[in-house]
Amino acid sequence: MNKVIAASAIGRKFGNTRALENVSFDISESEIFGFIGPDGAGKTTLFRIITTLLLPDEGKMTIMGLDCRTGYRQLRKNIGYMPGRFSLYPDLSVEENLNFYATVFGTTVKENYDLIYDIYSHIEPFKKRLAGKLSGGMKQKLALSCALIHKPGLLVLDEPTTGVDAVSRSEFWVMLKKLRQHNITIVVSTPYMDEAMKCDRVALIQRGRLLSINQPEKIREEFGRKLFSVTAPEKFKLINALRSFPGIRTAYPFGDSVHVTFKEDEFDDSIYKHLDRMGVINARITETKAGIEDSFLELMQKE
Amino acid sequence: MRTILYLIRKEFLQIFRDKFIGKAIFGVPIVQMLILVPAVTFEIRNVNLCVIDMDMSAESAKLINRLEGSTFFRIKFTTFSENEANQLLHRNKCDMVLQIPLGFAKNLGAGKPGRIMASVNAINAVSAQLSWAYLNGVIRDHNMNIAAENPGLFSGSAFSQTDVSNRYWYNEKLNYKYFMLPGILGILVTAIAFLLAGLNLVREKEIGTIEQINVTPIKKYQFITAKMVPFFLIGLVDLALGLLLGKLFFRIPFEGSIALLFMCSAIFMISVLGLALFISTFSSTQQQFMFVAFFFMIVFILMSGIFTPVESMPGWAQKFNLINPLTYLMRINRMVMLKGSAFGDISREICSMIVIAIAFTFIAVRRYRKTA
Repeated sequence: MNKVIAASAIGRKFGNTRALENVSFDISESEIFGFIGPDGAGKTTLFRIITTLLLPDEGKMTIMGLDCRTGYRQLRKNIGYMPGRFSLYPDLSVEENLNFYATVFGTTVKENYDLIYDIYSHIEPFKKRLAGKLSGGMKQKLALSCALIHKPGLLVLDEPTTGVDAVSRSEFWVMLKKLRQHNITIVVSTPYMDEAMKCDRVALIQRGRLLSINQPEKIREEFGRKLFSVTAPEKFKLINALRSFPGIRTAYPFGDSVHVTFKEDEFDDSIYKHLDRMGVINARITETKAGIEDSFLELMQKE
Repeated sequence: MRTILYLIRKEFLQIFRDKFIGKAIFGVPIVQMLILVPAVTFEIRNVNLCVIDMDMSAESAKLINRLEGSTFFRIKFTTFSENEANQLLHRNKCDMVLQIPLGFAKNLGAGKPGRIMASVNAINAVSAQLSWAYLNGVIRDHNMNIAAENPGLFSGSAFSQTDVSNRYWYNEKLNYKYFMLPGILGILVTAIAFLLAGLNLVREKEIGTIEQINVTPIKKYQFITAKMVPFFLIGLVDLALGLLLGKLFFRIPFEGSIALLFMCSAIFMISVLGLALFISTFSSTQQQFMFVAFFFMIVFILMSGIFTPVESMPGWAQKFNLINPLTYLMRINRMVMLKGSAFGDISREICSMIVIAIAFTFIAVRRYRKTA
């Protein structure tokens, strides 16, 4: 399969801060590739390098066969970029924004209408409305339409679903999946672990370094330990009590429960006694399957 | 070309969609012309006088009458206490204290010089000097009258003085409005081209639109041109509006060629647009831009010679003014409007402005980057 992006040993510094360090990855055609990591991990810096807005200090990156340092003129014609912040003109209408981007790329809305139809049809009834007056979900659909209007080969989405309601978020991912049939490669970053599962492959990024690149399922399997979910009515008390138990290896809050691993991978009654002594009542421990978040926390722990 | 035209259209759309800016663009010149031109004047009227007449003679009364008769002075207080007069001066109740000592008439009658004393409030040095000059004028007149009424009292010297008659060229009545209006027109185009264009550029950064624009094949020159042209055109329209108001309300003379004036303002605007672009490349918020731009505006305006002649500034200031485009525009505006100067008379100023315009724009475009 063709490599759309081939990055090797990319590094970028801002002053004394290393934003990216020795980052290498390959992305294949029509793949949905996700970057998962906390705020400040270097996702946006990496995306700015991919979109030719920044140059790397070290390493080499080839995008669609062009070097990111010398081929930026060509690349800008063929990349669709949706920055993390809403960056369309709030004082132009939906229609005007779309026409603007079409013109800037030397095309027309008509020409690529079939590509954006699935997305744009949701907001077309509001085409006269100013973009600044749209809801979060509609803004996101408009931004995606604008990023796609020139039929780019590579679509770069920086946290596209942040600040968007749950329904719009899942709709959005359905749209992304559909784009695959147009041979568009998608690079996306997200802080949401459930969205990571929808990518073909994900890279976990932390403090400017890639911890792991794999299919989401494989990353879950990489966890390699038995994971238990502990629930109790008083979660805060519970987590403190768990962390004070000598046999506990890790204990992280996870939704309503606490995910724990044991040093011996198994547990006995002593944990219940300990929790009792600490005043935690009705604690229940069940084995569970590790999610991406668990793997991520595990990898961070190893760092 | 199609792209540039489209971008320009988009800019206009945004400018006039902004309800405030859309109106202010034409409101500001009207307000500036109608308020600043008549308000900013060096003519002194109604200098408030406090008179201490210790002499109480016919001669002193004549002098006081003459002062009151002039349009410049208004006798607000009369007192015999020097203390009270100083208090009035101190409390800003009057601008000048005139003291006529005892024996004023007696001295005059004896053929000796009569002595009076004036104390002027010089908080504002300009108005103090002017009121002092006016007072001198009134007293000189008064002296001539005394001499004429009392032949024989003085020796002939008083009559054989050299009599200078003068004429003020290009602004015969020394009308300050004629002097200020061409200058205000210069400030007008500066405000539009410099501030509005710069703020518009920085706004793209502030709201984040620039990031997405930068990842498009749009050319640097296309983007910059599209940002500049609308304000350039609005500046010219405002200039026309200002001239029209000047003609209608102040009957401003227009001796020279209107086309020449517009051409010079156009060159000027290119230079300040370049400067605005330059400042915008290193400011990331409108606030930052405003602060730096304000500094440049004040320096350019105050040093341009709009209020005080450039020729009397210190040498370093005159050197600075070589790169101050507003200095050239002030000179050109006044020369073309009041004196009717033609292209040949102001070709040096025009050339200097062209050089500045090219230099500013060149530096700005080079610094402008389509990167994050």
